[in-house]
Amino acid sequence: MADSLDGSGRCDLSLTVNGTPQTVRAYPMQRLLDVLRYELQLTGAKEGCGEGECGSCSVLFNGALVNSCLIPALQAEGGSITTIEGLAEGPQLNALQKAFLECGGAQCGICTPGMILSASHLLDKNPTPTLDDIREGLAGNLCRCTGYMQIFEAVARAANEGVARPRTPA
Amino acid sequence: MTEHVVGTSVPRKEGRDKVTGAARYIDDITLPGMLYGATVRSQIPRGTIKTISFDPKFDWNEFVVVTAEHIPGKNCIALILDDQPCLADGKVNHPEEPILLLAHPDPHLLQKAVDAVAIEYDPLPPLFSIEDSDRCSQVIWGTDNLFKTFLIEKGSVEDAWAKADYIVEGEYTTGAQEQLYIENNGVIASFNADQGLTVWGSLQCPYYVHKALMALCNLPADKVRVVQVETGGAFGGKEEYPSMIAGHASLLAMKSGRPVKIVYDRLEDMTATTKRHPSRTRHRTAVSRTGQILGGEIDFTIDGGAYATLSSVVLSRGTIHAGGPYFWPSVRIRGKAVATNTPPHGAFRGFGAPQSLFAMERHMDRIAQVVGISPAEVRRRNFLKPGQTTTTEQTIREEIDLGKLLDRALELSNYSAKKAQFARENPAGWIKRGMGIAAFLHGAGFTGSGERYLASVVGVEACANGSIRILVSSTEFGQGTNTVLCQIAAEALDLPYENVRIAQPDTDQVPNSGPTVASRTVMVVGNLVRSAAFGLKQTLFASGLLGSLHSPEEFRAAAQRHVATHGALRSFARYEAPEGVFWDDQKYRGDAYATFAWAVYVAEVAVDLSTYTATVEDFVALQEVGRVLNPVLAQGQIAGGVAQGIGFALYERVVWQNGRMQNGQMTNYIMPTSADLPPIRVFFEEMGNIHGAYGAKGIGELPMDGPAPAILNAVENALGTPFDSIPLLPEEIFEAVSKESPAELLATGGE
Repeated sequence: MADSLDGSGRCDLSLTVNGTPQTVRAYPMQRLLDVLRYELQLTGAKEGCGEGECGSCSVLFNGALVNSCLIPALQAEGGSITTIEGLAEGPQLNALQKAFLECGGAQCGICTPGMILSASHLLDKNPTPTLDDIREGLAGNLCRCTGYMQIFEAVARAANEGVARPRTPA
Repeated sequence: MTEHVVGTSVPRKEGRDKVTGAARYIDDITLPGMLYGATVRSQIPRGTIKTISFDPKFDWNEFVVVTAEHIPGKNCIALILDDQPCLADGKVNHPEEPILLLAHPDPHLLQKAVDAVAIEYDPLPPLFSIEDSDRCSQVIWGTDNLFKTFLIEKGSVEDAWAKADYIVEGEYTTGAQEQLYIENNGVIASFNADQGLTVWGSLQCPYYVHKALMALCNLPADKVRVVQVETGGAFGGKEEYPSMIAGHASLLAMKSGRPVKIVYDRLEDMTATTKRHPSRTRHRTAVSRTGQILGGEIDFTIDGGAYATLSSVVLSRGTIHAGGPYFWPSVRIRGKAVATNTPPHGAFRGFGAPQSLFAMERHMDRIAQVVGISPAEVRRRNFLKPGQTTTTEQTIREEIDLGKLLDRALELSNYSAKKAQFARENPAGWIKRGMGIAAFLHGAGFTGSGERYLASVVGVEACANGSIRILVSSTEFGQGTNTVLCQIAAEALDLPYENVRIAQPDTDQVPNSGPTVASRTVMVVGNLVRSAAFGLKQTLFASGLLGSLHSPEEFRAAAQRHVATHGALRSFARYEAPEGVFWDDQKYRGDAYATFAWAVYVAEVAVDLSTYTATVEDFVALQEVGRVLNPVLAQGQIAGGVAQGIGFALYERVVWQNGRMQNGQMTNYIMPTSADLPPIRVFFEEMGNIHGAYGAKGIGELPMDGPAPAILNAVENALGTPFDSIPLLPEEIFEAVSKESPAELLATGGE
């Protein structure tokens, strides 16, 4: 990887995104968020603040929830990433997406991809969360529209229905 | 069809795209050959520009550079007074005022270029506060620093003073608040000589931007096209500002001949764009021995920043709401919007009402204390009743029972028992709890003759395949416009919700149904959608293609045949003012709003005297908003508004220095997270009041008005110390409480 550096300063990175192996040409310190959005056209991850406060750019990185605006591309080398685009099972919404839709968990929608990935991560670790677990678990993802109540309801509903774990990329 | 669509929680129209990440926001869109644009801004609050110089180390030939002299039309953001330049021309009146624009294919290089433009100024003395502006030591706008004044007079206040048993005075202030939509402002502009200018953007009001671009770019109406794309929150923050950023991108696109995208980062969005107007309200009230309001004076002043923009309209709404949901036999309300050298303050959910109602509802608790009755009782004794008149002498014609609303809110919050419990428990611990009430109203739709002037038009269209499409410029930015308007059309046409969709707001495709503001969309635009849908149905009936009892399949077939035979089938409806509505714009008297939504909110608050932090532990939001057309969306609107209100009260402080926001990041401007908020319990009381489409009143702004006063009333109940300014942060509580000794406070507890 490092030996593929060319005159531009960019290098080839290999990573698995939503189960598909990908090679992208990126600057080592380019933000993972930009690699996803601009090199791979996966625009589901959003930039809200660019400093890891709002959580709109949340993705799963080797199973951990990260702010992709804080991860340099180089760090993602060899890693496995799940974005919102990788969550639905074919044309079917997964249980969390369905619950967000039904409970009013998405209003303007800009925080929704990050929020759903954060909820997915929470339920993966703790399939039967209490309301306080949900409140704490989502505290890294800001939503200005909902006041969070219907998001909590959506996560609780998905948990009750035994939400499938996020699709673990191969 | 027998099933009703209205009144059910059908899923959000664009919801699927939002939960799958498929929804495309402005920053998700890239056009071929697109450049990125950036703005060079004023570093000082006020002065004249001496020189602009470009660092010779840069190859400036690579950049598109635009200054005021490149503007093809009028250098202003056309809105009300047209006083705000699009680019500063020789002088600046606030920090972050746009001076010069740059565009380049590489956004990273662009940022460095912005820093490589040096501007020298001759500074002039600035004004930063309402008090400074009042003193007029410098005239920074017009002849007296006043954007607008209003005077509402009802009855004889002099008589009230003479009859008063008590005269209760108070001064209340509110700070600036950032809308903090999670998606920053952004647009893309594209220009060619044949088609003219097209702008796609994150925005609330396509026709505001359309009007501004015609004037700025000197183009006729048919050469300017404005398209709203998926918008990631707005709250008023994308009402007027998009005309500015769209103007900038358009100027760069016209000069370069290439598409130009400008998307702000968080810091630029926070420091350069609008916020809620800071306010100061003074009350002086004549009250009887029994707590009856006899009359009074209210002075309501807002800080408009450097240009007039929407301040006159914000002031109007704040002034009209200043008397709250109470009967004033006499009152004199003076409203005033003043100029300061900060970026212009602008639209934000509630639009002046959260400021003046904060004052009114804090003042009611003060009156209760002076008279020696409970906060609930003082409100009950003064509530407006059907047949009485508001401060503008609008007669309440609907069957509203605010006493009943209050009773239910007190019951839902377990108010009396909790208040007694806290009074018992408070003396023993470091955590003091209290209960607070706010009762309020919010006028739906434009003020006074506003809707008549707007004369909104909407269309409903049958497409070639027989499906229905709504044509409105009303935008979706999370509140549910798409969904509720489709519900209304489906209901009117006896069709399933799935058979109706809504056109993307595009000024080439949709009529001007007015701006998406003022809680007017469901009530006013929705009613027009219903009329237009009825018109379309009548056309199909008259054609003989459709019988009055029909299935969705028959409707589809009839619409298809009509379009195939006669071409496009469209029905339009235009707003007409109802009969018997009177408004005097000069005296500010008459029917200010078609109707009001009413609410009583109760906050339960804990103040921890080891950290001086106030936390809301339970929140009851009860309102009368006519008929609820989509319960899930309506609950979401209320809970979201309450959360913003809690932020307004306890979290969100804009730190100013020399007229510039110093904490323009999410790390230091703190909004509530999921861990900070209490259960927000939302309830609706339907009292049979029928307005707008299928009985709905405006709802979007209402929940912003009540939380702050309810919370500060609860803090006073907890500590026995009054606070009359928001935001109320731990440092203020510390300062006030440490004046008394904590030990003494521990001993005295709450009430």
